[in-house]
Amino acid sequence: MPVAPTLVKTTYREAVRAAMQEALERDDRVFLMGEDVGAYGGCYAVSLGLLEEFGPERIRDTPLSESAFVGAGIGAALAGMRPIVEVMTVNFSLLALDQILNNAATILHMSGGQFNVPLVIRMATGAGRQLAAQHSHSLEGWYAHIPGIRVLTPATVEDARGMLWPALMDPDPVLIFENALLYNLEGEIAEDAGPVSIDQAIVRHSGTDITLITYGGSLGKTLQAAKELQRDGIGAEVIDLRTLRPLDMGTVLASVRKTNRALIVDEGWRSGGISAEITTRLVEEAFYDLDAPVARVCSEEVPIPYAKHMEEAAIPQVPKIVAAAREVMGFDE
Amino acid sequence: MIRFLSDDGTPTGDLPLSETELLRGYRAMVRGRLVDDRMVVLQRQGRMSVYPSFRGQEAAQVGSALALEAGDWMIPSYRESCAAIEHGLPLHQLILYWRAHPAGWHFPQGLRLLPFSIPIATHLPQAVGVSVAGRYHREPWVAMTFVGDGGTSEGDFHEALNFAAVMNAPLVFVVQNNGWAISVPTHKQMKNTKIADRARGYGIPGVVVDGNDLVAVWYAAREAVRRARAGKGPALLEAVTYRMSPHTTSDDPKRYRGEDEVERWAAKDPIMRLRTALEGRGVWDDAQEAELRRSVKAEIEEAVREANASPEPAPHEIVEQVFAEMTQDQKWAWEALRDH
Repeated sequence: MPVAPTLVKTTYREAVRAAMQEALERDDRVFLMGEDVGAYGGCYAVSLGLLEEFGPERIRDTPLSESAFVGAGIGAALAGMRPIVEVMTVNFSLLALDQILNNAATILHMSGGQFNVPLVIRMATGAGRQLAAQHSHSLEGWYAHIPGIRVLTPATVEDARGMLWPALMDPDPVLIFENALLYNLEGEIAEDAGPVSIDQAIVRHSGTDITLITYGGSLGKTLQAAKELQRDGIGAEVIDLRTLRPLDMGTVLASVRKTNRALIVDEGWRSGGISAEITTRLVEEAFYDLDAPVARVCSEEVPIPYAKHMEEAAIPQVPKIVAAAREVMGFDE
Repeated sequence: MIRFLSDDGTPTGDLPLSETELLRGYRAMVRGRLVDDRMVVLQRQGRMSVYPSFRGQEAAQVGSALALEAGDWMIPSYRESCAAIEHGLPLHQLILYWRAHPAGWHFPQGLRLLPFSIPIATHLPQAVGVSVAGRYHREPWVAMTFVGDGGTSEGDFHEALNFAAVMNAPLVFVVQNNGWAISVPTHKQMKNTKIADRARGYGIPGVVVDGNDLVAVWYAAREAVRRARAGKGPALLEAVTYRMSPHTTSDDPKRYRGEDEVERWAAKDPIMRLRTALEGRGVWDDAQEAELRRSVKAEIEEAVREANASPEPAPHEIVEQVFAEMTQDQKWAWEALRDH
C-alpha cells in the first residue's frame, strides 16, 4: 500500500506565497513585480516576507502604472525572463488591457511564432468584501474570450500551490485569477505538494442527477449547495473548471452525458459571459443528452453594490444555487 | 539643437565621426532610400500590402541604429524599416514582413529585434522590460526604442518614461518628430515646442538633434547608448525630421498639408546633406555614387527574388501560432481549414 503523504494545514494565501517562493528559488529567471509587493507584502499579504528573502531586484515594487509594469513584464518575458506580474485586482488590469489583449496575446502570432511571451499575471478577482462597484469585478470569463492567453482560476489550496509553476513554465501568457475571498481559505495539502495540471477540469463532488459547473470563488458555495441537495436526495456532481481557457469540455460533457442536467454557477455577469459559452457548447455538443434546459446562476447585471446585504444579493449564493438546481430537477419532460 | 551639418550640408565645424564612419552612414542611408523606393513601387504594383515609407527620416534611423552594438536590442515601431535593416534584418524578410507573409515575421535567430509595433506606444513599456532583463541575465545590453511625435501623447509613452526612470533602465527612447501624426501637426498634438522637454518631467535627460543630420543623430545616440551602458539610466533623443511621404501607402497628404512645406524640407534632405559634406572632403564622387547605387539595387533585386520564392502560406496555418501548442479546439479548427 502506498504511504499516505504527510498533510499540512495551510491557507490559500500561504499556498500562493509558497508557490512563488519555490519558483523564485528554483529559477533565477523568475521575479515578482507589482504595486506594494515589497515591504508591504502585497495588498492581500501574499508576498509578505519575500522581499527579505529575495531582495529588491527580484521583488520589485512598481509605480502605480499598470500598463507600464504589465508591458515591462511582456518585454522581460520576450527577453528570456519568467516574470510574475501582480496586478492588485482585476479591476486595475483594465488599465493594462491593451498590453494584455493587443500585445501579450498577439506577439507570438505577430512574430511568426518566434517570440513566446512566458509571462504570468496574477490578480485578485471577485466581490464580497464591500469594495463597491469599481473594485469588485469578476472579469476572468471576459479574459477567457481572448485567444492567445491561458486563464486559470485556482479554487483550492492545492491549486493555489500547484498552478503557478506550470504557468511559469508555459510558453504562453497566463492569467491567474485569485478570488479575494479565498485568501483565508484553510485546507490541508501534502507537505511535498507540487505542480498540478493547468489543462483539466476536475470533479469535486460526485453525483448522478445534475451537473453543477463552476470555478474560483463560487466552488465552495456550489459544494455547499450540493450537500443541501443531497439531503433532498438529489445527487449533484460538482465540476471545478479550474481553467477557463482552454475550456476542458471533455470533463463537463462526460458528466452531463451521465446526469443529463446542467447548471452553471458563475460570479461573472450573465450576458456574454463564460456561462453563456459553456451553455452554447452544451447545446452544440450534448443537446440530445439534455433532459432539461441548461440553467445559470450568475451575478445580477448591476454594478456590484457597496452595502453588505445588497452586495450579497448581487452575487451567487447557496440558496440561489439550490433553488436553481431544484428547478432544473423539477423540469417536466 | 545639436547639429554638425548646415542645411546645405556644409560642416559647421569639426565632425565627431571618422571618415570611415561617415562613409558607412552615408552608404546605409542610400541603401535605406533605395529600399524604401522599391517597397513603394512594389506596393503600387500590388505586390506589397500597406507600407509606411520612411523617406526623409534615413538619418534619424540610420544614425540611431548605428549607435547600437552587437548584443543590443531594438524595439521599433512601424516606421522603422530603415533602422531595422541597419540592425540586421535581412531585406527579403523586410519585404515578406510588409507583404504580410508569416515567414517575414519570423526574424533570424539571435537578432535582437522585436516585431514592428503597430499599436502606438504600447511597445515602450515593453522596451523597459527588455532593457532591464539584461541586468538579470548579467548581460550589459542596451535597448533602443522608437516612437513618433504623435505617440508621445499616449499614456504608455509617459508611463514608460517614468518606469524606465525609476528602474534606471538602460534604454534610449528615440522620438522621430516628423511633424505629422497622420494628418495632425505637432502643434495640435502638444503645447510643448520641444518634445525632449517631456523627458525632464521624468527626471531623465532629453536632447534635441537635427534629425536630418546623420552626424548629429549618430553622435547624440552614441552618447545616450554609452550613458545607458554605464548604468546612468535612460535618455530621450528627439530627432527633428520630416515625413516626406504619405503616412502610409493608403494616405493622401494633399488633404491636410501644403506642397511648399514638403519642398522646404526636401531642400534639407539628409542624404543630400551628408553627400555634400563628403564631397567637400574629397572622399566621395559621382563614380562612387553610381557604383553604390548599382550594388544596392542588385542586392534589392536579389532580395525581391528571394521573397518571391517563399511559398504561399496555407490558410490553416493561421491557427498554428496562437498558442505555443494548439489546443483541442484549435486542432479541430486547423483540420477544418485544411480540409475546406
